[in-house]
Amino acid sequence: MLELSPQELGILALSLRVAVASVVCSLPFAVLVAHCLARSSFPGKTLFDAIIHLPLVLPPVVVGFALLVLFGKRGPIGSLLDQWFGIVLAFRWTGAALAAAIMGFPLMVRAIRLSIEAIDQRLEVAARTLGASKAWVFTSITLPLALPGIVTGTLLSFARGLGEFGATITFVSNIPGETQTLPLAVYTFTQVPGGEGNALRLSLIAVVLSVVALAASEWLTRRSRRAAGR
Amino acid sequence: MIEVDIERHLGAFHLDVRFEVEAPIVGLFGRSGSGKTSVVNAIAGIVRPSRGTIVVNEVCLFDSGKGIDVAPEKRRIGYVFQDALLFPHMDVEANLVYGQRLRAPGDRVIAQEHVVDLLGLRTLLRRKPPTLSGGEKQRVAIGRALLAQPRILLMDEPLASLDGARRMEILAYIERLRDDLRIPIVYVTHSVAEITRLADRIVVLSNGKSAAFGAIGEVKDRLDFEGAAEGFEAASIVEARVAAHDGDDGLSTLAFDGGELVVPGVDLAVGERARVRILARDVSLSIHRPAGISVLNVLRAHVESVSESGDPVVDVRLAVGRATLVARITRRSARELGIASGQALYALVKAASLDSRGGAEA
Repeated sequence: MLELSPQELGILALSLRVAVASVVCSLPFAVLVAHCLARSSFPGKTLFDAIIHLPLVLPPVVVGFALLVLFGKRGPIGSLLDQWFGIVLAFRWTGAALAAAIMGFPLMVRAIRLSIEAIDQRLEVAARTLGASKAWVFTSITLPLALPGIVTGTLLSFARGLGEFGATITFVSNIPGETQTLPLAVYTFTQVPGGEGNALRLSLIAVVLSVVALAASEWLTRRSRRAAGR
Repeated sequence: MIEVDIERHLGAFHLDVRFEVEAPIVGLFGRSGSGKTSVVNAIAGIVRPSRGTIVVNEVCLFDSGKGIDVAPEKRRIGYVFQDALLFPHMDVEANLVYGQRLRAPGDRVIAQEHVVDLLGLRTLLRRKPPTLSGGEKQRVAIGRALLAQPRILLMDEPLASLDGARRMEILAYIERLRDDLRIPIVYVTHSVAEITRLADRIVVLSNGKSAAFGAIGEVKDRLDFEGAAEGFEAASIVEARVAAHDGDDGLSTLAFDGGELVVPGVDLAVGERARVRILARDVSLSIHRPAGISVLNVLRAHVESVSESGDPVVDVRLAVGRATLVARITRRSARELGIASGQALYALVKAASLDSRGGAEA
């Protein structure tokens, strides 16, 4: 009863792969955008901020549709990726990772931005007077001090990615073994007669995953806070 | 040698500062809001002046005309901030070597071991900044700035967040730096006691303008009369030498050009230099040599000038030998005694505090 079937293991592995790929690929951009929003002012900053936050407020299906239009095989970005790099996202697990990354991005940026804003900027000035270039100040002072926010943001986005449904099913469909992540599989089982048992088992896995992610987040955040001297 | 000639406009505040000084410790003095921090920030490269030049030890750091603006990390200006600003995620040792590691090995003249011993940091190396006391933090901050191998050291009110005992401790450390490492220090403060104890030359700022600069005695006397430095309690500085100690009464006699001053025992050897600060309110005047009074110090003096102001008190500038004293008396006393320039009289000094080694009240 407690053992997972090969099918369930496959679904779980795919979900984790999609969620991990999405946070790993989006983290550098999120740090960049968060730093930019926290520290720079430029014309159009409010608009930029709004665009970053759009996935948080738009129906996920709309985001998925937008991704389909832009990153589909004939879409303006998708066709270029295909021609230049041979990368196809539509109806692939990588596309599911992109959808998860986009949906989790605002959460990640928010958490990192808040922790960068909490850093005493005079520490960075002090580092400059000690001989550190801007890039080294960012690496040796800003990043370590923002670590609690980076950890929180990563885990939030990871959890969001695990649960991603609407954008994923719209963009990359529901292909078993390729794009059928855990929420999509649960949905599929509820749509076939007699699938409730399987749906329940997968739902319980989802609960366990979420609890583990939350606990890990709590533990890591506390650890990184201590390391950041707060 | 520090040459500063800058202007900076920020909203309604105009900074227009010009001075050239060379000294082991230069005091940058002024009330809060007078622009002191803006000046040191400009020297460090943290803020950019609208116009002007900054030259430190013959190296041009900023010249708006020639388009020179050296990045702060390339200026090699050590900066000790008011509240230490240690990096909270690093232990004391990592803080200390942060700047040292960024300098080429050939430039590392000031050695880590030396700084650790000089500032008494040996037992703190493994501690994290949040666990340090205010004084300890400030010592680490000084060490960190020194190990970045600066050309000069800027200290922006380094004692502001410390209590009395810690202040004396850090002051003693700063004097050690001056004597031991020979790094010129620019010391920013609004405390007369700190500046007269430490500084050899001072620059006085008032409302964003450099009101005066030069040797401390000259500048202070002049400013007391011009009233340019409000908050500067009218006082005079007398350079003296220890002439004798009277162990029985616990007193020391200091000799200077205009006579002798008896003060509570000082821990200086006979013949050593002592800088004495005498507040204008501690000096009384008498036309005749007074007899039967408790004041020990009675000096022959000539009136040089009397300040003109509408206040109920006036400052009388006195020549005592080649030294200058200022007496603050009421306008009525001045009138009744008929005090006028050139007049010979006696100055009664109620208290003199020793500036170069703590404060001894007479």
